Amino acid sequence: MPAPTGITRTTLRKDLRLEWRSKDAINSMLFFSLLVVVVFSFSFDPNAEESRRIAGGLIWVAFLFAAVVALNQTWAREIRNQVLDAYRVSPAPANSLFLAKAIGNFIFVMVLEALMTPLFVLFYQLRPLGPAWQLLIVAALGTWALVVNGTFFAAMSLRTRSREIMLPLLLFPISIPALLAMVQATTNVLSGDSARVWIALLLSYDLVFTTACLLLFETVLNAE
Amino acid sequence: MTETAPVITVSNLIKQFGRFAALRGVTAEFSSRKLYAILGDNGAGKTTLLRALAGLSRPTSGQISILGAPKFHDICHQVGYMAHPSLLYDEMSAMENLEYFARLYGITDLSRCADAIRMVGLDPDLARPVGQYSQGMRQRMSLARALLNDPKILLLDEPFSNVDTHSAADMVRLLAGQRDQGKTIFVVTHQASLLEGVADEFVWMEVGQIVARTPDLKQPGVTK
Repeated sequence: MPAPTGITRTTLRKDLRLEWRSKDAINSMLFFSLLVVVVFSFSFDPNAEESRRIAGGLIWVAFLFAAVVALNQTWAREIRNQVLDAYRVSPAPANSLFLAKAIGNFIFVMVLEALMTPLFVLFYQLRPLGPAWQLLIVAALGTWALVVNGTFFAAMSLRTRSREIMLPLLLFPISIPALLAMVQATTNVLSGDSARVWIALLLSYDLVFTTACLLLFETVLNAE
Repeated sequence: MTETAPVITVSNLIKQFGRFAALRGVTAEFSSRKLYAILGDNGAGKTTLLRALAGLSRPTSGQISILGAPKFHDICHQVGYMAHPSLLYDEMSAMENLEYFARLYGITDLSRCADAIRMVGLDPDLARPVGQYSQGMRQRMSLARALLNDPKILLLDEPFSNVDTHSAADMVRLLAGQRDQGKTIFVVTHQASLLEGVADEFVWMEVGQIVARTPDLKQPGVTK
């Protein structure tokens, strides 16, 4: 029987290798986020104070929409040639596949955030008044909140006819508490207030939804 | 398990897709070390039966017991499955594909991947991605993937489709050899003549039922 962590590592390595070769997800996410930054910067001309107030919302909405682009492609390679069936007939555990996909998406979205954040800072002249290191925690917890549910719902909508539409329909409502926490935490750090409560909320959200997704994924994977 | 003991027992298997019954009470026993050719028109239920045996399709009612185990997951490492699509990643080479699937089965000796590729008459050093293979080469790679875990039972759906006559004859010889080494093989095919003189039994299906089992290609009761 293969070790679950080994399968997760192997599947993650395979996904990263395929993405490195095709750059499908990262290119579309980058292009989309870049568009959002440019369009928003033309739409508003905020002063420093206004920037701090609205930047949290702008940044996370841009990342959420960009993440959906990547999440929609998460399972595309597994559906092509029905490779997912080869996984299902193997003794590899379902949760190893789920974790590999979620971690892969986490890496893609974090790379996107690392590339796009300097642009946001530049376009909106952002300078955090609070502890900037807290933004790293918010980014990590917030991104995980998006990708863990996104990976799960992308798998759920696999067998639906219009899955590109289905994913945001399922993902956005359930992401509202996480999105609220991410936006508030970011705004607080930028404005010099404490973000601890929102970080705690994000952490709880992540724990609850990661557990729920792990408990339910096998059923979703084997659904007909 | 004795040589003649059934390795697969199917009792009153029914599979419905909505109101359409793809399998209508299939009951059968299949002995070990035999090559079964499953024949029938489109929509007869051949692929549905194979997918049910492979644990990919949950029966609406009825039981399947493979190697004495009622749950497919308990014996999945002893089953090899080849579907009509290749179940391979188009963007990866033959070796990369098989190395990934080998790890899913906990196979640590990766030289088995090269052996499996050679067994089907392909070159393991070919760096070209599988997506650039001809349809026939892809079919043979798909067979290599099914053979990778050295399964006791092989379930093959249309292994000869789009394969040239010479390669198909090679595949038939390989399957006969595998049967002689002790494997039980199920081949769903529309090219039954390829298996004449090789298959131990021809299983005829019609509208979701097994209607005849014959030692040769002559279907009893058919006068046309």
